[in-house]
Amino acid sequence: MFRKNSEILVLILVLAGVLGLMLALNGPSFFKLGNVQSMSFQMPELGVLSLAMMITMLTSGINLSIIASTNLSGIVMALIMTKLAPDAGSAPGVVLLALLAGVLVSAVIGLLNGWLIAYLDISPILATLGTMITVSGLAIVFTRGYVISGFPKEMLFIGNGMILGIPVPLLIFLACAGILALILGRMPLGTRIYLYGSNPTATFYSGVNNKAVLMRVYLISGLLTSVTAMIMISRFNSAKADYGESYLLLTILASVLGGVSAAGGFGRVSGLVVALVILQIISSGLNLFGVSAFMTVALWGIVLIFVMVVKHMLEQRAIRSVAR
Amino acid sequence: MIKKITSRYEFLVFMVILIFSIIIGLINPNFFSLENILDILQNNTLTGIFAIGMLIVVISGGIDLSFTAIATITGYTVAVLLLSHGSQLNIFVVFLIAAVMGTILGMVNASIIYFFKIPPIIATIATQNIYYGLLVVITQGKWLYGFPSWFGAFVKIKIFSLVNANDVKYGLSIVTVIWFAFIFLGWFILRKTVLGRSIYALGGSEASAQRAGFNILRLQLFVYGFMGLMAGIGSVIQALLVQTVAPNSLVGKELDVIAAVVLGGASLTGGVGTVLGTVLGVLLLAVMSNGLTLMHVPSYWYKVVTGFVILVSVAAGAWRKRAISNKKVIIEAE
Repeated sequence: MFRKNSEILVLILVLAGVLGLMLALNGPSFFKLGNVQSMSFQMPELGVLSLAMMITMLTSGINLSIIASTNLSGIVMALIMTKLAPDAGSAPGVVLLALLAGVLVSAVIGLLNGWLIAYLDISPILATLGTMITVSGLAIVFTRGYVISGFPKEMLFIGNGMILGIPVPLLIFLACAGILALILGRMPLGTRIYLYGSNPTATFYSGVNNKAVLMRVYLISGLLTSVTAMIMISRFNSAKADYGESYLLLTILASVLGGVSAAGGFGRVSGLVVALVILQIISSGLNLFGVSAFMTVALWGIVLIFVMVVKHMLEQRAIRSVAR
Repeated sequence: MIKKITSRYEFLVFMVILIFSIIIGLINPNFFSLENILDILQNNTLTGIFAIGMLIVVISGGIDLSFTAIATITGYTVAVLLLSHGSQLNIFVVFLIAAVMGTILGMVNASIIYFFKIPPIIATIATQNIYYGLLVVITQGKWLYGFPSWFGAFVKIKIFSLVNANDVKYGLSIVTVIWFAFIFLGWFILRKTVLGRSIYALGGSEASAQRAGFNILRLQLFVYGFMGLMAGIGSVIQALLVQTVAPNSLVGKELDVIAAVVLGGASLTGGVGTVLGTVLGVLLLAVMSNGLTLMHVPSYWYKVVTGFVILVSVAAGAWRKRAISNKKVIIEAE
């Protein structure tokens, strides 16, 4: 039991350390309501995207097309809203239609990824690289590279509204994380995903339909990108072909930091959530402290390598203790 | 003999290039002019040189997403030196500095991958961000230009030159010749040396290669070091061609290069791939983009077409592999 939870314990310790560091650097102003609120508006985008990345990493895959899929889904939503409700007042029906269309788009992309990987046996890096280039190309064709902006107020509520003082994006993220945790922890599909990630051949011979598992994994990953799209275009009040490109590394970083093994089979949603909070605190703290955004980018890289090195050393120790 | 040639994957790519070329040539006969062909070769030297480095990495079973960041760093260093000590340098020293720096940065990747057993894709995404982030912080994203005149003169050297109908000179650029030299070097290493064969072995199965007595560390250092070398050379080529060094000019190029290598038949799982295939992969993308321009297709369609061609060719490759393995099963069953 302790072993199972030791990873999350380490993460919480790191979280406490990071909080202490930021408090020392920035003083108590770091915990002002405004700062905490702005952090909880920023985190959900990356959070939902990281969930989309994480579920594919659990099957020892990867999904490079999440950003492209988010943008295309957002652009389709934006096009429908700006065409059908050009004066951008109140239009709940149009917003609902747009959201449905966006979900449909990302579901198709997810199923395409799943089909390429499960049925054609193409490696996930390659398949999702192909869809990524195609989909981001389509996004450019749809927008000609311009920004589409001006949405009805129901749409803006998704990314900027608050319920009982809690930002709506944060609630959406928590809902997604909760559902994914439920799928992974309590449902047969979750068990199959972990099994497949550990050993696809053994899973196949225990009577699991591997192809169906992969299709569902990439479908869920795709659906999560449409949720990100809703939050993102609502927060920016616009959609564009190249928003959020720097998120790709961060989703992998967050997943790895949260205990997801790049080889598949291990990792839990709770770890990912704590990792996301850590990343957000570091980024907001450095920003408040006046560190350049590019320095932060370099720092992410260092953190990613550091985490992998520590993991490698822990694994080596575990192997040695078993051997003894 | 003929069957042996036609059954190769490279032949398939060649046929696709040929079909594309004929279609483009029918719509716009300018495509087949020697000037246009030489132009395509010169404009794709950069992708071509990067692709040779990437091919070797991919054959070894790895991947490198950081080489554009490495190239940006070496390009910047060279540019700074050119601006400060321009009169004391010559073209060989410039290439040498970029090559050495690139190789070292590539070997850093190899060390991280080897010693900490980090998957190459994660390790190189991380180093890409470190290299690139630090570079922008240090240089503050400035563009550098105004290099010495000898640096501009070198790129204008032509092996042979001709004059077109409008009295404009064209010819085989020295830059293209440098690319050809590296194509030969890549082919020689992979085909004619023990080192090349051991890289294939490493990509086929790392565990087997290790048990067979190969020094994995030395191989990885070579593979990623060579990628860094190509990045360094490529950065000088880029500086020569555009006479400007900008921090963001190579961003996103890594995907084009991987696409070219994969289109050329290399497998991302390692152990498979040829220099000929990679050159054809580069040419396929080059002909496509040139053709779209000549056919007056708006440039924003280019990415969709590229992605689509990649998906189709990868899917076709997967079908072909499956058909072959099915045939094998039938033979074994008989």
